[in-house]
Amino acid sequence: MPTPSVSTSSAPASPVPTPSGPASSAPASSAGAEVPRGRARPALATLRSSRAALARWISPLVLLVLWQLASSTGLLSERQLPAPSTVGSTALDLIGDGTLTDAITVSVQRAALGFAVGALAGVGLAVLAGLSRLGENAVDPVMQMLRALPHFGLIPLFILWFGIGESPKVALVALGVAFPLYLNTFAGIRGVDGGLAELARTLRLGRAGLVRHIVLPGALPQALVGLRQSLAAAWLALIVAEQVNADSGLGYMINNAREFLRTDVVVLGLAVYAVLGLLTDAAVRLVERRALTWRKGFPV
Amino acid sequence: MAQGLPGVSAEPDAAGTDAAAGTDTEAGAGTGAYAARVQGLTRRFGDRAVLDGADLTIARGEFVALLGRSGSGKSTLLRALAGLDGGTEGGLDVPATVAVAFQEPRLVPWKRVWANVVLGLDTADPRGAADKALAEVGLAERGGAWPLTLSGGEAQRASLARALVRDPGLLLLDEPFSALDALTRITMHRLVLDLWERHRPGVLLVTHDVDEALLLADRVLVLDGGRIAHESRVGTPRPRHRDHPDLTALRATLLARLGVAPEGTA
Ligand SMILES: Nc1ncnc2c1ncn2[C@@H]1O[C@H](COP(=O)(O)OP(=O)(O)OP(=O)(O)O)[C@@H](O)[C@H]1O
Ligand SMILES: [Mg+2]
Repeated sequence: MPTPSVSTSSAPASPVPTPSGPASSAPASSAGAEVPRGRARPALATLRSSRAALARWISPLVLLVLWQLASSTGLLSERQLPAPSTVGSTALDLIGDGTLTDAITVSVQRAALGFAVGALAGVGLAVLAGLSRLGENAVDPVMQMLRALPHFGLIPLFILWFGIGESPKVALVALGVAFPLYLNTFAGIRGVDGGLAELARTLRLGRAGLVRHIVLPGALPQALVGLRQSLAAAWLALIVAEQVNADSGLGYMINNAREFLRTDVVVLGLAVYAVLGLLTDAAVRLVERRALTWRKGFPV
Repeated sequence: MAQGLPGVSAEPDAAGTDAAAGTDTEAGAGTGAYAARVQGLTRRFGDRAVLDGADLTIARGEFVALLGRSGSGKSTLLRALAGLDGGTEGGLDVPATVAVAFQEPRLVPWKRVWANVVLGLDTADPRGAADKALAEVGLAERGGAWPLTLSGGEAQRASLARALVRDPGLLLLDEPFSALDALTRITMHRLVLDLWERHRPGVLLVTHDVDEALLLADRVLVLDGGRIAHESRVGTPRPRHRDHPDLTALRATLLARLGVAPEGTA
């Protein structure tokens, strides 16, 4: 049974969230009717939603137990898929000798740097294109054309340009990050309620005030959707880049393990990628909950 | 630059401001005898002149209601007075501070109610000013709420507070009560009269509701054929009752002017 908390947290995942336009221009009377008017959420609802959160852990845990059973009864060979317990103890070993932590540090640094560059470019260009016709004409056609290029097809070119050091990996991540952020932020800016823009004029907000109070906050929900997409793209780009060539990082650890037939290390590396992805996604959800409280009107 | 923005029409942002500042001479709107003056105002959409040489003067502190059939150009006239329409020809003289309350409250959903009230207002104590204005419309408790949690009537009252906190010389109301239920509307009528008596802005109220116009206004105008085609003064002292004989007579005149047979004769 979907509970309120589950549906709110998954709502922003849809490519088009409640756009700010309809949300803001919808008669407040109807909104007032469906929004819980409470100051504090009733304890019962909180309890129910935390129980629902727990319920979501059951099936993954069952799967893990089944996997463990299949491995210990010999149904799954260690060569194909090592038992969760094996992966766990490998993790402890590799943390102990620093291999895993070093690899994670290197990979996270690549992802973070690439993300920072890509986010700056994506958001910056979207603001430029979103705020003026001139900017749109200058930026948008180029972005739409570049978007059609398969990013991973650029790897050979990047290697030719940047060599095989950190730069091509960072560049690939940045590219993956820039486009979802650009597209969503641009759409968010253009989707801002025209009535509010008109209001800004009657309030004499001026152009800077219009951008600051109306346009940018209005674009935020859509931009955050872009953020989540771009983080997923960042990890994917990193994984691909690290597969192609690397002498450090998680990808290197995995490739190395493959040569020595250490399936457990390969599985461990994949699990770490997954956890990193989940962590950043959870971080964005947290930001969404903080920044978009006004949408549901729930108390802070 | 501005045309890239959503909902911002072709003319630059400054046009409204310039138009107001450029014509607001010493003897002009707000300082002279009138709150606003429109002379020979024409607005064309394509070949069609929706406003065709309209003349209108609103005295200082006067409450004027504007009636007219749907599509007759009431909102067009109001938008011109609000400085939202750069495509008009003719004379337009409005005071430096014009405030607008639209049919939808247009509260900025990501700003708390109090921040909406003082948005764009340059004051030392914004929260204090907002709370004072909200208290005047009976929303003292709701300043910290998010706009989407307000009821329709509450949101419309917040919108009124936002208009009045600017101490406007001219208050423009475009069917601000039409989306409200009948009971809330009655409360809002009293509130508007109360606020008007206290602040005394010139008011232009666009409405479809003849009774509303008769209950509130000093003068009721009918817009037709792009001009003010009819004008009725309402001398009945307030508070008015809708069954007052003067109002009954005026109602019949106005309904006839609007092309509707009065009740009971159809
Ligand atoms: N931006 C525009 N472009 C083209 N035509 C327009 C535009 N704005 C208004 N019009 C036309 O001008 C006419 C008058 O519109 P306006 O909104 O002023 O009517 P109104 O008297 O306020 O009607 P209502 O009572 O239904 O609100 C309408 O026929 C409308 O279609
Ligand atoms: Mg209208």
